[in-house]
Amino acid sequence: MIELKNICKSFGDNKVLDDISVTYEKGKTNLIIGASGSGKSVLTKCTVGLIEPDSGTVLYDGVDFTAMSLNDRKDIRKEIGMLFQGGALFDSMTVEENILFPLQMHSKMSAEEMRERANECLSRVNLVNVNDRYPDEISGGMQKRVGIARAIALKPKYLFCDEPNSGLDPATAIVIDNLIQEITIENNITTIVITHDMNSVMEIGDKVMFIYKGKKFWEGTKNNIFKTDVKELADLVFASDLMKQIRADQLGQ
Amino acid sequence: MSAFFEKTGEYFILIARAFQKPTKNSLIWKQVIKEADSLGIGSFGIITIISVFMGAVITLQTASNIDSALVPAYTVGYAARQSVILEFSPTIIALILAGKVGSNITSEIGTMRVTEQIDALEIMGINSASYLLVPKITAAMVINPFLVIWSMFIGIFGGYLIATFTSVISVEAFVYGIQFDFDFFSVTYALIKTVLFAFIITSIPGYFGYNVKGGALEVGRASTQGVVASSIVILIVNYLVTQVLLI
Repeated sequence: MIELKNICKSFGDNKVLDDISVTYEKGKTNLIIGASGSGKSVLTKCTVGLIEPDSGTVLYDGVDFTAMSLNDRKDIRKEIGMLFQGGALFDSMTVEENILFPLQMHSKMSAEEMRERANECLSRVNLVNVNDRYPDEISGGMQKRVGIARAIALKPKYLFCDEPNSGLDPATAIVIDNLIQEITIENNITTIVITHDMNSVMEIGDKVMFIYKGKKFWEGTKNNIFKTDVKELADLVFASDLMKQIRADQLGQ
Repeated sequence: MSAFFEKTGEYFILIARAFQKPTKNSLIWKQVIKEADSLGIGSFGIITIISVFMGAVITLQTASNIDSALVPAYTVGYAARQSVILEFSPTIIALILAGKVGSNITSEIGTMRVTEQIDALEIMGINSASYLLVPKITAAMVINPFLVIWSMFIGIFGGYLIATFTSVISVEAFVYGIQFDFDFFSVTYALIKTVLFAFIITSIPGYFGYNVKGGALEVGRASTQGVVASSIVILIVNYLVTQVLLI
């Protein structure tokens, strides 16, 4: 479980996060939604310590992460897996080397055990025969899956996914969504997903937080999002005619 | 001016962080060998070409400027040797490498920054400054002295070719000149400079790459800034070291 308490962050005069408090629950996919520039990525970077918040605290299973020194944070970071929006795969390494990298850095496994674990992670994300390929030799969807494989290599307790579906075709997006949810439930981990994709909200939104102009505007689940009376949320989620129709059908029932 | 002090402070903080205990020593050493091959061996060809022509031109220019019966002919060989060992091999090669290796380092690390690869390292609990900078700095500080010694030999060999194939100086006089009044401290001085320059041409471009914000345009701009800054620092350090060691 990760708790954020009163997180504030400004860049110059621009207040990007304004007093955000939220609890990300274990064994659930916790979604952060909001328009571009609403502060989703900054909030996630504050959570993992890539950006320091101006005020507020981040607690990982009760441990105050914000008060820790850079060195002390290493232990918690070993338990964090992160899928970046662009994949952030090391382009000088092959797919297999990318997945082996965190294992080589932090595990005490033998070379053979590490290779086995890398193959296990690759098969978990339905990738075969790509071990020796470089990231620029595989498709965007495959890169995302390699990113997930690398993120879960050390069996993390906390999994962060920054827009895992961006730039993917709808079929691959569903595969990625399901994969993230399966991994979350299987390993009983705390998963945080930043997304723009409303299909993801409907599919895997165990817990959804809506951010608008740096403030938390709404919190709920995929089931009660249809009943929201928050105009800003409705404008984002039910922007298309199709989504409006689906909402009308849901409310009609 | 405040931006200058801010950047200087950031540079020293980054270097201090880079030289903290690495996450895993064995992987750092593996990277050092890789970087030694890429930064050092990869520069071997260009250093050979530059050095042979540099030695040849120094010999020709010295010979054309010392046109007096009062100055012995071997002075050309002596002056060429001293110029190559004291200044041209360590400093000019460092400036060439600041362009070649420096721009390579800034663009490599800068691209890693804008594609979030450095963030990925940090999230994994890895000291990214140490993992990215220390192997490059160490490899250059170890391999560059060998490159400069090679450059000295090839530079003097360039002068020898001039003596052999032109009539500006006899081979005997040139060979006598390059052996005349040889003080090994000249080489020591050149190698001290080389090690300092190696640190500069890897750490400063590394700093500029590490702190890139933006996209491809900013990576290109940072590469230029890295090369310009490291070239200026090389010239300043060259003056200071010469003042301290030779005067």
